[in-house]
Amino acid sequence: MRTSSGRSLLLLLLCGLFLSACSHSETPQPAIKKSVSATPATGDSLVEGTIGEASTLVPILASDASSHAVAGQIYNGLVKYDKNLNIVADLAESFDISPDGLTITFHLRRGVKWHDGKPFTSRDVLYTYRVIVDPKTPTAYAEDFKQVKNISASDEHTVKVVYGEPFAPALASWGTNILPAHLLEGRDITKSPLAREPVGTGPYRFKEWVDGQKIVLEANHDYFEGRPYIDRLIYRLIPDTSTMYMELKAGSIDLMSLTPVQHARQTANPDFTSRFNKYRYPSSGYLYMGYNLRHPLFGDKRIRQAMTAAINKDELIQGVLFGMGQKAHGPIVPGRWAYNPNVKDIAYDPKQAVELLAQAGWKEKNSDGILVKDGKPFKFTILTNQGNQQRLMTAQIVQQRLRQVGIDVKIRIVEWAAFLKEFINKGNFEVVMLAWNISQDPDMYDVWHSSKTNPGELNFIGYKNPEVDRLLVAGRNTFDIEKRKQAYFRIQEILADEQPYTFLYVPDALPVVSARIRGIEPAPAGIGHNQIRWYVPKNEQVYLP
Amino acid sequence: MTRYLLKRILMLIPLMFGITLITFSVIHLAPGEPVEMQMAMNPKVGKEARERLTKFYGLDKPLHEQYFSWIGKLAKLDLGRSFSSDGRPVLEKIKERLPVTISLNIIALILEFGLAIPIGILAATRRDTWLDKGITVFVFVGFAVPTFWLALLLMYFFGVRLGWLPISGLHTLGSDTWGTLSYLWDMAKHLIMPVMVASFGSLAGLSRYMRSAMLNVISQDYITTARAKGLPERVVIYKHALRNALLPLITLLGFSIPGLIGGSVIFETIFAIPGMGQLFYQGVMSRDYPVVMGILVIGAFLTLIGNLVADLCYALADPRIRHGEG
Repeated sequence: MRTSSGRSLLLLLLCGLFLSACSHSETPQPAIKKSVSATPATGDSLVEGTIGEASTLVPILASDASSHAVAGQIYNGLVKYDKNLNIVADLAESFDISPDGLTITFHLRRGVKWHDGKPFTSRDVLYTYRVIVDPKTPTAYAEDFKQVKNISASDEHTVKVVYGEPFAPALASWGTNILPAHLLEGRDITKSPLAREPVGTGPYRFKEWVDGQKIVLEANHDYFEGRPYIDRLIYRLIPDTSTMYMELKAGSIDLMSLTPVQHARQTANPDFTSRFNKYRYPSSGYLYMGYNLRHPLFGDKRIRQAMTAAINKDELIQGVLFGMGQKAHGPIVPGRWAYNPNVKDIAYDPKQAVELLAQAGWKEKNSDGILVKDGKPFKFTILTNQGNQQRLMTAQIVQQRLRQVGIDVKIRIVEWAAFLKEFINKGNFEVVMLAWNISQDPDMYDVWHSSKTNPGELNFIGYKNPEVDRLLVAGRNTFDIEKRKQAYFRIQEILADEQPYTFLYVPDALPVVSARIRGIEPAPAGIGHNQIRWYVPKNEQVYLP
Repeated sequence: MTRYLLKRILMLIPLMFGITLITFSVIHLAPGEPVEMQMAMNPKVGKEARERLTKFYGLDKPLHEQYFSWIGKLAKLDLGRSFSSDGRPVLEKIKERLPVTISLNIIALILEFGLAIPIGILAATRRDTWLDKGITVFVFVGFAVPTFWLALLLMYFFGVRLGWLPISGLHTLGSDTWGTLSYLWDMAKHLIMPVMVASFGSLAGLSRYMRSAMLNVISQDYITTARAKGLPERVVIYKHALRNALLPLITLLGFSIPGLIGGSVIFETIFAIPGMGQLFYQGVMSRDYPVVMGILVIGAFLTLIGNLVADLCYALADPRIRHGEG
């Protein structure tokens, strides 16, 4: 789980749609134009527009979505998520978890070669682990690997990892891209040429990076799952979304993410739909309003419930997302196994909101129609970050709804760097409007556990509930899905009752792909899961080899 | 003249020093930290990872130490390594972006001055005619039109509708395999719209300056004298008046020199041009101190040089300054 500034959310939506997406049966399928001659063929290029440039292609050093999107085509992890979001083997041929949940043994694939021809072995896995936990490596991903008590390789193709206690997110953490030991061992990884010219095991190999313009990858003919059909992936950097959309219409790019207004209004004509396929599925993130629970105003659960009752989530989805989203009821997005469909959410009901506020002592109104208690008006500020239009519009609609029940809301927008340092980390806010991007594993210890309320930690609203604490630990200390489900179901019930956040909505991911690209199969994991099987029929190919 | 030049050059040294100090203080006073930008809001990041990164960037040392280590490197023309996760030398990053920005700006600058001067003269000599009024309207439209809006309209019209010009970027995909001539022609086509948009706004301002300077000069006694002694109007305007009327424009030209390395963020973003504006903007947004300080110092240095050059040009254009009179 990680949050996003306006920019990184956008980045994730645009570039990370392959990595993070989930869906359910309601996914509208595009009308794929079938052509009789459409048989899989090799060749052609896929040009993808991205608004942010990758920073480094040594993935453990990168903290941005663009870098991970490119690196994800070049490297593999030991495991990966399949199209239904189950963890399956990748560079590992198989893996076993010991009955006590303490040991994971990976049996590595044989015959896998790095792009430079050297064989892939357990040495690479051990190196990747060591460099991540090395205190000198400036990586953001060491935390999960610090739980490892012991790691060993009995031969070139077996890696055994021992944990101090059962740790459910551990397995997914081995989806980390494995780095080539023979090119990195004994060298300073921060100055490695691999940052600009990576060597991996993945379906595409690096070809060229023109700074500020494009990154070009070429099909790896020796890929262990078979050669990808499409010869080249080209990531074109176009920082402005309007420009990118025009490039799409002019046919210069094949894949991008649409904004809700583009999806709903600007592309609903036959001219567009004959040339492009639009997809739509829930993204893996949600927007929320978080209450600073240390603030006297928000200590009372009834007040928070009243706020949620006063906000019309459907209206937000219609007004801000043009309907391209769904209501959020808790920290798990619909469609995931940990999602509890039976949670009783607070519905939009201004009367109930007024009643709840009255119960909490806010009964009288002043001459401006603002609720007053002990001579003080009910007013606060919603803080959000600069550069995210959707968040601002959401805040404005919320502001108007809360005004109707007698709450005076101001909106303040702060640049991201200052937002983090001066407000979030210092707990210096009343209400924030932010979004979390969530990983496939439901572990959310860092956001809700009471031990994570220190400055700079993620439970910045100061939520403390002993039962939730216990359930969070129970949920991550077992591999048993049923037991985990129980824990997370109960957490969702508690959060729905206590409303430490008002969970607002889960926006849809809205990728659009040129109609000449075939073989796309939308699934809970989005569309990127079978990218190596995408192809362009011979007679429709536009880019020469 | 030589003494004057020497004095001016010596004066640059304390100024540069002051600039580095101000640059350093300003960027460190800005709220937010580079480490936060990379690590915040990520549950996989522990406290240790933050400390690790802080130390890696040398941000754990006292400020004065950081300043002196930076200025020490600067003296050797080493701008340090970027704080972004590629960790590449700042100089390398700037070098990659500078040629595009400079060439684009020089073309735009030539176009601006090349058009603004005749337009200004025309408007001044045909004062209050329909031509002058037409130019005034055009100029104010140029002032008022937002760059991004104009850019989008042009892109849609020439790029999507007509398909004559490429929409953004610098090269067509695959153009590197073409011959040199078609490669250059392709690049030139990519530059047409950006240059047009870049010059349009400033054209307005410049031609107004030129017009008012010209009007001011034309109303002077010596022009009346020149006319009285029967010189042809052409000689009066282009020989006697123009030289004086150019003075304010020379000042503006001097001020434009530092602008040559600083691209506009909005415009580079819209046309997807990998220039200095984007580099600087991203540097500021991610609190990439070395990149920001590097660009600011280079920019400040060029401003100083630009002022110097402008003063020298003054001296060339105006003998009174040259001889230390008036």
